Amino acid sequence: MIGYLAQRLLQAAGVLLGVSIVTFLLAFLLPADPARMIAGRSATVQTVESIRQQLGLDRPLPVQYVNYLGKLLRGDLGRSYAQKAEVTKLIRSRLAPTLQLALAGILFELLIGLPAGIVAALRRGTAVDQAVMAFAFVGVSAPQFVVGLLLIYVFAYLLPLFPLGGYGTPLHVVLPAVAVGLAGGGWYARVTRSAMIDVLRQDYVRTARAKGVFPAKVVFKHVLKNAVLPVVALVGLDIGVFMGGIVIVESVFGWPGIGQMIWQAIQLVDIPVIMGGVLVTALFVVVGNLLADLVYPVLDPRIRYS
Amino acid sequence: MKRTHTPGSLPPRPRQHGVLRRLGLAFGALLLSASLVHAQEQGGSAVVSFQDDISTLDPAIGYDWQNWSIIKSIFDGLMDYVPGTTELVPHLAESYEVSDDGLTYTFVLRQGVLFHNGREMVADDVRYSIERVLNPETQSPGQGFYLSIAGAQEFIDGAADSVAGIEVVDDYTIRFTTSEPDASFLHKLGLNFAHVVPQEAVEAAAGDFGHQPVGTGGFKLKEWVLGQRVVLERNPDYFEEGLPYLDEITFQVGVDPNVAFLRLQRGEVDILGDGIPAARYTEVINDPVLGEQVAMGEQMQTGYVTINVEMEPFTDVRVRRALNMAINKDRIVRIVNNRAVPANQILPPLFESHADDYEGYPYDPEAARALLAEAGYPDGFDTELYAYNVAPNDRIAQAIQADLAEIGVNVELRTQAQSTVIEAGGAGQAPLLWSGGMAWIADYPDPNNFYWPILACASNIPGGWNWARYCNEDLEARAARADTLARSDQADERVAEWREIFLAIMEDAPWIPVFHELQVSMHSTNVTGPKEIFVDPMHIPVHYEMVRRAQ
Repeated sequence: MIGYLAQRLLQAAGVLLGVSIVTFLLAFLLPADPARMIAGRSATVQTVESIRQQLGLDRPLPVQYVNYLGKLLRGDLGRSYAQKAEVTKLIRSRLAPTLQLALAGILFELLIGLPAGIVAALRRGTAVDQAVMAFAFVGVSAPQFVVGLLLIYVFAYLLPLFPLGGYGTPLHVVLPAVAVGLAGGGWYARVTRSAMIDVLRQDYVRTARAKGVFPAKVVFKHVLKNAVLPVVALVGLDIGVFMGGIVIVESVFGWPGIGQMIWQAIQLVDIPVIMGGVLVTALFVVVGNLLADLVYPVLDPRIRYS
Repeated sequence: MKRTHTPGSLPPRPRQHGVLRRLGLAFGALLLSASLVHAQEQGGSAVVSFQDDISTLDPAIGYDWQNWSIIKSIFDGLMDYVPGTTELVPHLAESYEVSDDGLTYTFVLRQGVLFHNGREMVADDVRYSIERVLNPETQSPGQGFYLSIAGAQEFIDGAADSVAGIEVVDDYTIRFTTSEPDASFLHKLGLNFAHVVPQEAVEAAAGDFGHQPVGTGGFKLKEWVLGQRVVLERNPDYFEEGLPYLDEITFQVGVDPNVAFLRLQRGEVDILGDGIPAARYTEVINDPVLGEQVAMGEQMQTGYVTINVEMEPFTDVRVRRALNMAINKDRIVRIVNNRAVPANQILPPLFESHADDYEGYPYDPEAARALLAEAGYPDGFDTELYAYNVAPNDRIAQAIQADLAEIGVNVELRTQAQSTVIEAGGAGQAPLLWSGGMAWIADYPDPNNFYWPILACASNIPGGWNWARYCNEDLEARAARADTLARSDQADERVAEWREIFLAIMEDAPWIPVFHELQVSMHSTNVTGPKEIFVDPMHIPVHYEMVRRAQ
């Protein structure tokens, strides 16, 4: 187990290194010059050059990368080009809201997706199944921008049950989490349904039923327990994806998450913020997957890591 | 470059009323409906919403739509503008004198003006603030405005420890000497970049003064929750008697414009910082109640297409003139919901050098085709148009494409991210470029600001903003000379000379001026004030110190 963990952590470090290289290259492939964006339109050529030198942008790309990596290892993500503040400070201010929405979003995905998937699997081939799967399809494909605005208009404006966007109280998180849940819940419903159907075909399920075990007990004790692994994998992925921010939902609901920060940094060619934001996101993807893998043996004793 | 949303301003001088008339009576009525009757003298609070974050409140750095006017309400400069107008007046300065040769400006400062940290503002703070903007380490986008001060270049190059042309005479007197007469120097001292900051606070902030601003302005920072809100409170020691009116003003960021509109109707937001959402615009303007909450005004903006004069076939002036005659500007104005007036020249009507009696190129596709044939392109040609990919600029680009197709010019659209379009323009790669969403709200109301950065030989450089690659040496010499007419008795001559210069540029046709955008803003019934302060041309977009709480 310890050996497995060490191996995975090593892999994680490799992944992060790879992400940092790719992001660094992509940021500098953007057809825009950060020095010129900082200098503004009234700048002389000399000003632009001076800014380029101060930021080290005049050096060869590998040198710039090694410098960045050196600072990164000391926990220094640099300073924002546009805001001049330290990137770590900017990211820190976004972490709590991002985490809150990620957790609430996953909760709603499960609340919507699990029951839907279970019902659809049990009623496979019926109108109920088709209705649930149609709903899942719409949820997955509906533009989040429209869903978000609609939720706000109906449940915050027409029926003033929730605040009109923003961040703060537990009430604030409900509508954005529902918007996330409606989209992601569709995936969960599909995954749950197909995993359930696989398990429902197993002999031990038939045996349990034949023994006259109470139907609900069959579903929850025998079927669901064995069908839950792919759902856990999905949660692991979602932790990473959501911690990277859900740009559209964040922007409709005015949620101060990390996604909005990265999005605005891209507009301004603010490379240190883009780099820092993407690296933190990648870190959470890696951690999310690792957590999911570690939960497997707890849920299914047949899985052993060595 | 202040990034544009749908910005604008209100007309101060009599000459602007012509434009108001052209806009129709409804618009005039909007302007007259200012209702101060029920306004509180002082007190109360207001909430302003923005979608984009407030990046910085450092006056040396901030240069965008969100922060421009917030910075003005926290800081002050030697010069400012009468609220709602482009009329320049002394501000932190009590008075000033310009020498006969136009080279020396002596300012007498107000006494007893306190920074938010309690220390008195003195002449040495003014010197520090301007030198800070010039200092390359500050990386200020305003550096270029102050190069006319004698010794500025030596200071930048590190050859001098201070700027020779800035002299602190005593605590309340400061003297600037320019290396040659600079007729727009006073305007430049009214820009945010010249706002006065206390050295000790800048140093204490250790590189992050933008989040810990300390100034002399009517509001001071109370709270900043990153990514969520900035709260300012009244500065009780503010030197302008009775101002600001509000006790507190909150800027909420990350608010989607559509949601902000709902929140305004609920009374949770008082001013829509990003304007009225496009989908609601017609409904609001035509609504008798909501329409009352709208303010509309002119701004120092021109939307134009640059024609790259170094590229075939645009090297031929006849081709450039033909394009000028091919664009149906009225239709493009309709695309933006009449939030603009058609342009026939480079300068907006807000400028004194705007030529009221100039007709411009008529919309005449027939004549345009004939002119193209004369230039040797009877069947037209293929070219490319670069444009910013955010509405309404994509639709405007399509309209231009359709108009040019009418005269046989086949346009391939390159609608891309803002920074990509700017890069293509700067690199001289764009045959045609629609400026919307990227360019020109002037920094200060002087015609030279429409020439030097975007039409001058001096700005025709790689990475510059002269995307037409235009350079006319004769006009450059006249422009340089016009800017030396710095004495007040030369003002009329200078206005006329700049008018001539811009008309001469129209003859060369490096641009197709398309429209002058209007600024439209909306506020709740909880706040009030003269309409023009809600579309202030200088304190863009709203003059926050002048906003009052309604009773």
